[in-house]
Amino acid sequence: MDITFEKVGYTYQKGTPFESRALYDIDLMIKEGSYTALVGHTGSGKSTLLQHLNALSKPTEGTVKIGDRVITSQTDNKNLKNIRKKVGIVFQFPEAQLFEETIARDIAFGPKNFGASEEEGKEIAKRMLPLVGLDESFMERSPFDLSGGQMRRVAIAGVLAMDPEVLVLDEPTAGLDPQGRKEMMEMFFGLHQQQNMTIVLVTHQMDDVANYADHMIILEKGTVVKQGEPREIFQDAEWLESKQLGVPAAVAFAGRLEKRLNRSFAKLPLTTAELAEQIAAWLPNLPKQTAQEKGGEDR
Amino acid sequence: MDKLIFGRYIPGTSWIHRLDPRAKLLATMFFIIIIFLANNWQTYLLLLLFTLLAVKLTDIKFSFFINGVKPMIWLILFTVVLQVLFTSGGETYFQWGPIMVTSQGLLNGVFIFCRFVLIIFMSTLLTLTTMPLSLTDAIEYLLRPLTKLKVPVYEIALMLSIALRFVPTLMDETEKIMNAQRARGVDFGEGNIFQQMKAIVPLLIPLFVSSFNRAEELATAMEARGYQGGEGRTKYRQLHWQTSDTIVMLTFAVLTGALIFLRN
Repeated sequence: MDITFEKVGYTYQKGTPFESRALYDIDLMIKEGSYTALVGHTGSGKSTLLQHLNALSKPTEGTVKIGDRVITSQTDNKNLKNIRKKVGIVFQFPEAQLFEETIARDIAFGPKNFGASEEEGKEIAKRMLPLVGLDESFMERSPFDLSGGQMRRVAIAGVLAMDPEVLVLDEPTAGLDPQGRKEMMEMFFGLHQQQNMTIVLVTHQMDDVANYADHMIILEKGTVVKQGEPREIFQDAEWLESKQLGVPAAVAFAGRLEKRLNRSFAKLPLTTAELAEQIAAWLPNLPKQTAQEKGGEDR
Repeated sequence: MDKLIFGRYIPGTSWIHRLDPRAKLLATMFFIIIIFLANNWQTYLLLLLFTLLAVKLTDIKFSFFINGVKPMIWLILFTVVLQVLFTSGGETYFQWGPIMVTSQGLLNGVFIFCRFVLIIFMSTLLTLTTMPLSLTDAIEYLLRPLTKLKVPVYEIALMLSIALRFVPTLMDETEKIMNAQRARGVDFGEGNIFQQMKAIVPLLIPLFVSSFNRAEELATAMEARGYQGGEGRTKYRQLHWQTSDTIVMLTFAVLTGALIFLRN
C-alpha cells in the first residue's frame, strides 16, 4: 500500500486569529515496503504530517492518497477505520495511551476495536509480548506497575497488535536506555525485512537513518526541503550542518579522517561497519579476518 | 484543539486591553447588577449602545462575541419562550388554558433576551481582553480583605492560576491521547450513548494518570525552588491603577445614574 501526498497543506484553526500554517506544498510518496526516515527540527511539521498518514487530520489543501482511499478536506470523518487498521502509528511517548487493567487487555484493545474477539485478542497479546522483549508473565499485570521503558514496550505492542501494513514511529526510542533502543530498532527493522512492513520513522538520530532507512525526507518550516536516498543526502555534510541536522557518526568520522590523512574514501561510509571495511581496505597488509570481525559489529 | 475556546483571551493592545484587570472585573460585575435596573426600551437601548461601544473599543471582531452567545442560545430561547407564554397583562393575542401570548409577555421576552445577550457580551469582553493570570491577580487583590477572616486567599489565587495555566496543557494532552486512541480504532462521538460513554474511558484514564503525575511533579518543582506558601510573597506582575481605570468607574457611575433616571 503506497501513501502519496499531492500539494498537501495544513492550517491549524483556519479562519480564526489563532490560524497557523503547519504544512504547505508537500509532495511525497511512501512506497510499499520502504523504510522512510522523516527528519526535521522540532516545529518543522513532522507530527502534523504524521497525522495525515492515517487520516487523523485531513489536509486543508491538496490530497493524500492512502492505498486506494483519497483524503481531501471534504472527506467525511466516517468509515476511516479501515485506514487506521492498515496504518499503525506509535506516537511520541506512547506510554501515555495505556489505560486498561491488564497489559493483555491493553494490547488487545486495538485488535478488538477492529473486530477481534476476546479470545483472539488474548492470543494476539500473547504473541506480541515476546516481540517487544517482555514475557508472558506480564499478561495479567497492570500497565501502571511497570517502569517507563516497559510501559513503552507495552504501548508499542498495542500498535503492532493491529497488524498494520504501514508502521509509523514517532521517535520511538526517545528516553530509552542504549540497550533498549538498539533492541527496539532491530525489532522494527526485523519486521521490515521479514514481513515487508512499510516503516516511516521520525527521528533525530542520523545513525538510525543511516543504519535502517532506504528513503529520507527532510522537513523544514512545514515543507519538504530535500528527499532521496540517505547515501546521497549524507554526501552533502555541509548542507546538513547548515540545517543543524548533523550526519551519522561514521560520516563525520570519515570526513575528519579524510582531512587528516588528505586522502578520500572510494565510497562514503554511512555505518560503522562500512567505515571499518573501508579503513581496512586502506591497510592492504591486514588479514581479511579482522575486517570481517569489525564488520560483525554492524549497528 | 481545532475548535475555538469560548471566551479565550485574544492578545491585543486596545484601550480595553490595557485597562487594569481589577477595573474590568469590577465593571463587569457591576454591569451585571445594574442591568436589572433596566425595565423599559429606553434603558435597554442605552445599555445596548453602551455595550456596543465597549465592544467596538476592543478591536476584536464582532463574530467572537456572537460565538460567545451560541452555546447558551437554547437556554436563552427556553427562558424567553416561558416568559412569552406565561406572562399576563396588556393586550391578549392568544389564550389556551394557562398559556397565553400577551403584549406584555412579548415585551418581557424581548427584554429577557436582551438581558442575557448583554450579560454574555460583557463577560465575553472581560475574558477576551484580559489574560487569565491578570484576572487571577485581580481576584486575589479584591479578595484580600478576607485574609482577616482567615480565608486562604493566596492559596485560592494560586490554585486558580495553576488551574488556568494547565487548561491549554490539558487540552493538548487530550488531543494527543485522543489521536493515539483513534489510531487504535476508537470512534469518538459516534454510535449510541452507551458506545460513546465507553469510548471516553480510554481517554479519561490516561488523562487522570498524567494529571496526577503532573501535580506531583509540579509540587516537587515548587518545593525545590523554595515555595513555602503565599504569605509575604511579592508580585512579579504589579497591578497599576491608572486614570483610564478611574474613567471607567466614573462612566459606570454616570450610566447607573442615567438608568435610574430613565427607568419607569
